Amino acid sequence: MKLSLGPLTYCWDKTTVEDYYQNIAHTNIDTVYLGEVVCNRRRELKLADYLDIANQLVDSGKNVVLSTMTLIESSSELTELKRIIDNGRFAIEANDMSAVHMAHQANVPFVCGPSLNLYNRASIDIMQKLGMTRFVMPYELSKKWLSQVLSHAPASFEVEVLGHGYMPLAHSARCFTAKHHNKPKLECDIICKQHPKGLLTQTQESQALLRINGIQTQSAAKVNLINEMPDMQKMGVDFWRLSPTGLSDIALIEQLSNSSQRLSHDAEDDCNGYWFSQAGMALVEPQNV
Amino acid sequence: MELLCPAGNLASLKAAFNAGADAVYLGLKDDTNARSFAGLNFSPAQIKKASELARQQNRKVFLTLNTFAKPGHESRWQQAIDLAADLNLDAVICADISLLDYANTRYPGLPLHLSVQASATNLQALNFYKTQFNIERAVLPRVLSIKQVRDLAKVSPVDLEVFAFGSLCIMAEGRCQLSSYVTGESPNTGGSCSPAKHVRWHDEGSDKLTRLNEVLIDRSSQQEQLGYPVVCKGRYQTDSQMKADYMLESPTSLNTMSLIPQLAKAGIRSLKIEGRQRSPAYVTQVTQVWRQAIDSYMQSPELFEQQLASQTHWHSALDKVSEGQVTTLGAYERQWQ
Repeated sequence: MKLSLGPLTYCWDKTTVEDYYQNIAHTNIDTVYLGEVVCNRRRELKLADYLDIANQLVDSGKNVVLSTMTLIESSSELTELKRIIDNGRFAIEANDMSAVHMAHQANVPFVCGPSLNLYNRASIDIMQKLGMTRFVMPYELSKKWLSQVLSHAPASFEVEVLGHGYMPLAHSARCFTAKHHNKPKLECDIICKQHPKGLLTQTQESQALLRINGIQTQSAAKVNLINEMPDMQKMGVDFWRLSPTGLSDIALIEQLSNSSQRLSHDAEDDCNGYWFSQAGMALVEPQNV
Repeated sequence: MELLCPAGNLASLKAAFNAGADAVYLGLKDDTNARSFAGLNFSPAQIKKASELARQQNRKVFLTLNTFAKPGHESRWQQAIDLAADLNLDAVICADISLLDYANTRYPGLPLHLSVQASATNLQALNFYKTQFNIERAVLPRVLSIKQVRDLAKVSPVDLEVFAFGSLCIMAEGRCQLSSYVTGESPNTGGSCSPAKHVRWHDEGSDKLTRLNEVLIDRSSQQEQLGYPVVCKGRYQTDSQMKADYMLESPTSLNTMSLIPQLAKAGIRSLKIEGRQRSPAYVTQVTQVWRQAIDSYMQSPELFEQQLASQTHWHSALDKVSEGQVTTLGAYERQWQ
């Protein structure tokens, strides 16, 4: 099982992003997904900038996949998507069926990202026929689901599961960060830059619940499947994905690639419920499974 | 423009037809649809009856199959498609690509409508479903502005259906995991959004507390109108703002009546009323008002704005059955976004 780094979901300034990936280049991570996946108003980095980072990562021995937008609502966004698909070098991560359709037509291999609705083996097999090489499991599915899907027939595609990071749970036309700051979406001043890990939202009993990230709503808690890694490897998971949260990711990647020691959970901040077929926000201790 | 109404049971179906619906959509009594509530929906025999009633009155029946087939249980979903083909239903509303493939391969004559749960929001996504599964129509998610709907309608390879009235989903449908994050159940996985068994209301002092799987969604005064407890319509706080606020959306319903002229000019094929879980009385009320409004526009488009202003009972009737008694244009209006 290899480590992968999912696309950055937050809006960081250009220097921070470049610095982050320079650090990533020196880790043992195998594959890096690059590109804006949340909002087309975020233009800190353009496609050319991401391609520069991609080339640097390749020079450091990494595999690179270009990620694409999740919610695509206009023809200009489709034009941008076409530019990414036609990059000439890298496979793409499709996060909307439009990307599947266009990559298939252009004969570009693609990874099916976690926001595509693929909930059974027959659906995944259709994607594979169209050019999918790797399947990232949707966040709300479980270990039980995955073993059923993989036991059905030998998989001729790779499997990837989010192992660490905050989960995107929903996408809307509305920008909730702009709304929170009393700004109209079209004059948002990219206010989401002020929230490098999203805006933490709590219930009226101070229970952390959600993380507002522009038009995306994320989980307040961080998925942590570090203790499940041996099981995941046995099941045939090929890639264990980390979702970027900040420079602390670098130390974590080092730790994961250098030791197999069990790590304890942070009861305040971690969750793993989906993997154990429970509410996503739940934190299940293995002895209770 | 077709008026498409919800039918949670035979009584609602009759109510819809009596009040002037052109078509109804309905689901089976199991987890093949996302309104899988006790006491709701149709047995196969009841669907046969429904389809006979529709045929007698020259109306249409669509079968809602908008959840995703569970591994190991695919046959339940496939049998629903077999049933729709056997009964010659007017369409199956479906989101799962394995089921679209099954239906298109076995029953090429069975019209397929792409469910809103498939979350197709742009031309190339529509092209995908048209090319691969020959869908006839797509239901658009409630994330597009009216301008985006118009632009898409100009180039769409399939007929388009939009939500006209009812509960307002503010997230791209089919890709929302807020319900399963808190409860473990979501529309996609064969449940529904915020299943009733996870909802608990209780009093604390003079306040009413709403909990979903014990997570506090809202705290309100006894006088306040309560919406249905979904995660996206709760009141929350942040570190810098301890006063609780509707961070995502307040309890409100969608009402697009003022957009009828624009939707008609854009060539939208069908207007959908939400609410299979609502009563026959709701269906009658809402269907009657929308029938009048559509007919009034079709007869004299130039007088519609005047009509809309003078027919105050249209608005009061719809407000009465709306969540929080408040309605919005939602994402159709740029300002809302």
